[in-house]
Amino acid sequence: MNILDPQGPIGAADKTILIDSVAIMLAIVLPTLLAILAFSFWFRAGNTRAVHLPNWAYSGRIEMVVWSIPTLTVILLGGVAWIGSHQLDPAQPIASAEPPLTIQAVSLDWKWLFLYPNQKIATLNTLTVPVGVPLHFELSSASVMSAFFIPRLGSMIYTMNGMTTRLNLQASNVGTLQGLASHFSGDGFADMHFDVNVVTPAQFEQWARDQAGAAEVLDQNSYQAVDKPSINDAPRTWRLADPNLFQAIVAQKIPPSPGGQSGVKGASPLPGVADAR
Amino acid sequence: MLGKLSWDALPLDQPLPMISSGAVALGILAILAWVVTSGHLPYLWREWITSVDHKRIGVMYTLLAMVMLLRGFSDAILMRLQQSLAFHSQGFLPPEHYDQIFSAHGTIMIFFVAMPFMIGLMNFVVPLQLGVRDVAFPTLNSVGFWLTATGALLVNISLLVGEFSRTGWLPYPPLSELAYSPGVGVDYYLWSLEISGIGTLVSGINLVTTVLKMRTRGMSYLRMPMFCWTTLATNLLIVAAFPILTATLAMLLLDRYLGFHFFTNEAGGNMMMFMNLIWAWGHPEVYILVLPAFGIFSEVISTFSGKPLFGYRSMVLATMAICVLSFMVWLHHFFTMGAGADVNAVFGIATMIIAVPTGVKVFNWLFTLYGGRIRFAPPLLWSIGFMVTFIIGGMTGVLMAVPPADFVLHNSLFLVAHFHNVIIGGVLFGAFAGYTYWFPKAFGFRLHDGLGKAAFWFWLVGFYVAFMPLYVLGLEGMTRRMQHYDVPEWHPWLIVAAGGAGLILCGIVLQIAQLVVSIRQREQLRDLTGDPWNGRSLEWATASPPPAFNFAVEPDVTGEDAYWTMKQRAREQTQPNQPPDYRDIAMPRNSPTGFICAFFATVMGFALIWHIWWMVVAGGLGAFATFVVFAWRDEDEETIPAEEVARIDRRHLAEVSATTHQEAA
Repeated sequence: MNILDPQGPIGAADKTILIDSVAIMLAIVLPTLLAILAFSFWFRAGNTRAVHLPNWAYSGRIEMVVWSIPTLTVILLGGVAWIGSHQLDPAQPIASAEPPLTIQAVSLDWKWLFLYPNQKIATLNTLTVPVGVPLHFELSSASVMSAFFIPRLGSMIYTMNGMTTRLNLQASNVGTLQGLASHFSGDGFADMHFDVNVVTPAQFEQWARDQAGAAEVLDQNSYQAVDKPSINDAPRTWRLADPNLFQAIVAQKIPPSPGGQSGVKGASPLPGVADAR
Repeated sequence: MLGKLSWDALPLDQPLPMISSGAVALGILAILAWVVTSGHLPYLWREWITSVDHKRIGVMYTLLAMVMLLRGFSDAILMRLQQSLAFHSQGFLPPEHYDQIFSAHGTIMIFFVAMPFMIGLMNFVVPLQLGVRDVAFPTLNSVGFWLTATGALLVNISLLVGEFSRTGWLPYPPLSELAYSPGVGVDYYLWSLEISGIGTLVSGINLVTTVLKMRTRGMSYLRMPMFCWTTLATNLLIVAAFPILTATLAMLLLDRYLGFHFFTNEAGGNMMMFMNLIWAWGHPEVYILVLPAFGIFSEVISTFSGKPLFGYRSMVLATMAICVLSFMVWLHHFFTMGAGADVNAVFGIATMIIAVPTGVKVFNWLFTLYGGRIRFAPPLLWSIGFMVTFIIGGMTGVLMAVPPADFVLHNSLFLVAHFHNVIIGGVLFGAFAGYTYWFPKAFGFRLHDGLGKAAFWFWLVGFYVAFMPLYVLGLEGMTRRMQHYDVPEWHPWLIVAAGGAGLILCGIVLQIAQLVVSIRQREQLRDLTGDPWNGRSLEWATASPPPAFNFAVEPDVTGEDAYWTMKQRAREQTQPNQPPDYRDIAMPRNSPTGFICAFFATVMGFALIWHIWWMVVAGGLGAFATFVVFAWRDEDEETIPAEEVARIDRRHLAEVSATTHQEAA
């Protein structure tokens, strides 16, 4: 899961900015660290060879320098941040000759549902993507807030009920990566991880054709069962019968998941509030 | 009759919480029983519980913080143990306990350790440094302290009765809404912070007024010690930011209690509004914590280098710049919400700009060391440890202000390492520096030097061993708050981090030993001069501990470093001093208002959590009646006659000259 070993262009760009920023700051931080240690050692009370300036408390030149150095560093780093924010805005499509693959991701208590509207497939806790193709994620949550993160592909993004966030990623090597939820969401949070199978476009086509013939069907009815809180669900696949399922979740045509906690103490709700739950 | 409260609320079926909370409860009962049976209660009531003396209140705040530090740290040990064990297993803490523990750890460490520690030190020191006899509103000060204690008490009651919040130290909705958190945990969190938040706010108003209106003759703004400036900045931030917290939590309470929809999923509620509001308070909050620490380091580094603070005016400017800028950066806490490139970039750059005044401060401390004669007493060790550690934490903070870097580091253990890096390295080291620096002023004897140094080294090394692995884990993609995990690369680093927590535990044990040994050896460690460190500001001009009225005659200030200037002048002058002109001094009377008010607030808070409505009314009426009785008081001051003042002051002067002659001989 090492973010310093990225497997895609977004992750690589995030990593470059991370390393560059650290390098810019170390140029000022390292000398300061050394100066702190050197000054406190050299000016120790027992050292009579050190210059003694008991009343020295101001120097215009030094003031000038101590305000300028952090300012210049921040100007440089601010430029990095400005350009980086615009180039790596999660919502911005990745330039590519290939048309992007749209995947809709929904965080549930406590699992990930992935919908491939064009391939008419849905998967739970597993993601299969083609290598070298831009991946356009549309994300939402069916209950509480969460965050979608595949560390080695780069940027994460929040998922929120009633809202869609967008994220564009791309994988550059075939293999299996790990994804996880990176925002605490309750008891089953630690199990909200999933495999990401990066395959060749041909293998992806084959896989999509195979799964589209799956026996089990996901529509608004069978979604009711998925919607219930559960922990550590095995990966599975459906044929997506309702291509507008994601929109129905986002538009709250399907009400938010009921949530659930184990071992709750003092949980009787107020009479008037019961129907709001 | 008792709302939702029943025997089910006790953790009778869960051995770990039952035994630990039962032991704590029995311990508290035993201490109370000892206090009562050995006849200390009248003394405690008269001299401490009802005291409105800023020094006593300061000491009580600090004591509360240190006790709660033990509680918060035991949570930390449990978390480190759990994560070092929970590889391919559930560890020993199920999610519903683990989630409460990290929520309680954060809540306690911020609100009931860092805040009261800093407020305690400010309360104790600032009037002394300003050369005045008390704070602006002494009884309000007592109310503020006792309301903070109420919050701490409610959080600890949740250990035994019911449960604590499981949503993290900030209750992000919709997880914290009734639908997803139906238990009383979030209610404990909310009412504790609503009540203690009022305490913090009144304390902030009190200290702002004190600094602005109560300075001794000649103590102009630009002659105030740096700690007074950072106190002013911090308390301005408290006054501006804490109402946001109170209002935001009140909206969540309305959602939970009365079916409102501020932040719910349904009916137009919006969780993003909560995140904006809570961080509009939350980011100033981190400067509320760290600015007083900056003030402490300024005092300590200057005193132990034997030099005035370098670039004093520059430091004042930097402090006030941080004060203003801290309100303009809140959005960097959620770059990953998808706000868009322009918004993210603007807030990222605004965040970096705060690094400029902060960097200036570091350089000015550096040049304060330059040309000094540095004495490596424990307060200075904490300060040097701070400078080194804080720079690293500052750097990782600025790194996360770069949005694309944050996109891969947000919510990771890298973030956890960063904020512990600045809060332990900045705030806690500052609190410990202040504690060892001002302890002799508060009690008249120094803390044991050797144990203090040993505690420092264990803390420093323990910090690095515990948190540097977390930086690595963040880069390894580990997110925070995981109850268990299956990634083999993470496991060794988490074991190392648990070892670091063990080293910090040794540091804490040594600090307790230091306090115990120092009290037992207090005669050897006694300081009769009132100025054990060769200090520069006015708190060292009076006896240790200072008399109730602080200064027999209010000092006259003629420049920066007021007491240093006085000492210089005393050495140069040939004429003997004029005998001081002692006068009657009017001091505020002690008042049980704060304690009684907080008692009713505790009752009301507990009743609100458990929906015991008649008790809510009783508690509310009680608190209001206390306030009315106080408002109708006839006398609020008592006079200390001039002869008594003269007697106390002459005794101190005689002790000082005896010590000085002893040293000369």
